[in-house]
Amino acid sequence: MNQDNPTMPDKAAAFDQRDRDWYIDKAVQAIVFLGGISAILFIIGIFVFITKEGLGFLLRDFSFSEFFLSPWWEPTDEDEPTYGILALVAGTASVTGLAMLVAIPFSLGAAIYVGEFATGKKREYLKVLVELLAAIPSVVWGFIGLSIMNPLIIELFDVPVGLNVLNAGVILGLMAAPIMTSIAEDALKAVPDRYREAAEALGATRWQVIFKTVVPAAKNGLLGAVLLGVGRGFGETMAVLMATGHAINLPGSVFDSVRALTATIAAELGETAVGSPHYEALFTIGIFLFVVTFIINLSADLIVRGVRNQ
Amino acid sequence: MNTATAEKLETPAAELAIRTQKLDLWYGTFQALFQVDLDIKNGIITSLIGPSGCGKSTFLRSVNRINERLGYVRIEGTIDVFDKNIYDADVELVQLRKQIGMVFQRPNPLPASIRDNILYGHRLHYTGKRLSRSDQDDIVEDALRQVLLWDKVKDRLHRKAIDLSLEEQQKLCIARLLPVQPQILLMDEPCSALDPKGTEAVEELIWELRGKYTILIVTHNMAQARRASEECIFMLMGKVVEHTATEDLFVTPKHQETANYIEGRYG
Repeated sequence: MNQDNPTMPDKAAAFDQRDRDWYIDKAVQAIVFLGGISAILFIIGIFVFITKEGLGFLLRDFSFSEFFLSPWWEPTDEDEPTYGILALVAGTASVTGLAMLVAIPFSLGAAIYVGEFATGKKREYLKVLVELLAAIPSVVWGFIGLSIMNPLIIELFDVPVGLNVLNAGVILGLMAAPIMTSIAEDALKAVPDRYREAAEALGATRWQVIFKTVVPAAKNGLLGAVLLGVGRGFGETMAVLMATGHAINLPGSVFDSVRALTATIAAELGETAVGSPHYEALFTIGIFLFVVTFIINLSADLIVRGVRNQ
Repeated sequence: MNTATAEKLETPAAELAIRTQKLDLWYGTFQALFQVDLDIKNGIITSLIGPSGCGKSTFLRSVNRINERLGYVRIEGTIDVFDKNIYDADVELVQLRKQIGMVFQRPNPLPASIRDNILYGHRLHYTGKRLSRSDQDDIVEDALRQVLLWDKVKDRLHRKAIDLSLEEQQKLCIARLLPVQPQILLMDEPCSALDPKGTEAVEELIWELRGKYTILIVTHNMAQARRASEECIFMLMGKVVEHTATEDLFVTPKHQETANYIEGRYG
């Protein structure tokens, strides 16, 4: 055998040869693996960090009823500091709620137009524009709230202050709408075309195709889009800080100034002594925000995923 | 050919469901149909056969104008359905599709319950009267009985339609056309996604519907055309080669191309 083919032994010996490609392959595998798990490492790291910073407060001064039920956020009171986030939660919730009232019709309408009506170039341009809109920095939105919305609201509604729930809600709604549009459009696009064809062949009009068939079929994805918008509203800081008026207040109407959880952290953290109860209380707010947005985003993700698996 | 033409002339217009004259169709710049002249008789089953890409599905899809979804389809010539050119400006698509139901290659039940699938078309077209629940139940039962599906699904009408087998889904897709009371049913290779047993069952159903509706069925399966249709149209390269009684077409084809095709020399 070997005499017939003298190259055979060499070839067999080459089976364990590791050339450059083999090492590159292994290295790339390792790098990709690191990249893949880094997201998990970071999120755990961040959670551990904010928990560690806020833990002292949680163990020492934390009182569940005061923290969640007292509307008084007075951490700098020298005699008796109180750490109640009720007013801040109300501020965040009212602004986010109003923002959703603004954003849901806008984003669903835009998604339906881009996904179902617009064709060809128009559709491509619109999609790019929507993505661009999502990329506007939040401080720019805050600036619009301060310098355009504020005087506008004062003039239109004859109120003394234009930095309030209405202002921040509208700004936040416009901010959240692009990303919601994008996700909602993906959800509509995921609806198989044969459903539309079936409905059209049965004699449904465009409107009926969309509202009786496409939207119901995409409802999980659309709900996911709305939830992501809520998460965005909850976590947004800069625009809300600039447009709400930043006054601790349980809002009675949309014309009341409020203060958001996130804005409180942003505004106060730089002025506290590291390790002081105030500092730790701010981190406790951070934990709260983290948990809430985590739950919102996770459920949005699960809902959207549920659609894909169907 | 001459005898076929003579036969056509003998058929009074009133007995025709679909009549096309000099029908040309383009997808963009690609011409898919050439001068198609067809007279399709009312109340019988006509099958369309021919190799892939011969234009049979294209023709079918232009009869209910579902082709237009693509947006780049252009048509010249006329398609008369019951003596009215459906490409006239005053034709409403909704009314057209109420008259002409369509069954697709892949069963495409809507993502809803069996019951809602059956009622979908009816709800679109008969919006005037509010139906009581028992009236709706009657419609559902009647439609499902006609497609021989009632006994199988009567206990699970509220289950999702996509949980049915492909054969049952396709029967459901036929059933949901019936409450709309169409006159013509277009079927675009309705059995191509089914196994032999499902094919047999759906063919049986199509035969069952004979006489109640004018049925135009596109098929790849010559045995099916032979079994399940009364007249047969052979198309090739976007043109009609032969249109005659199914029996004659398979036994004594008048054209060499037809003979070649049915003997399986290409296809």
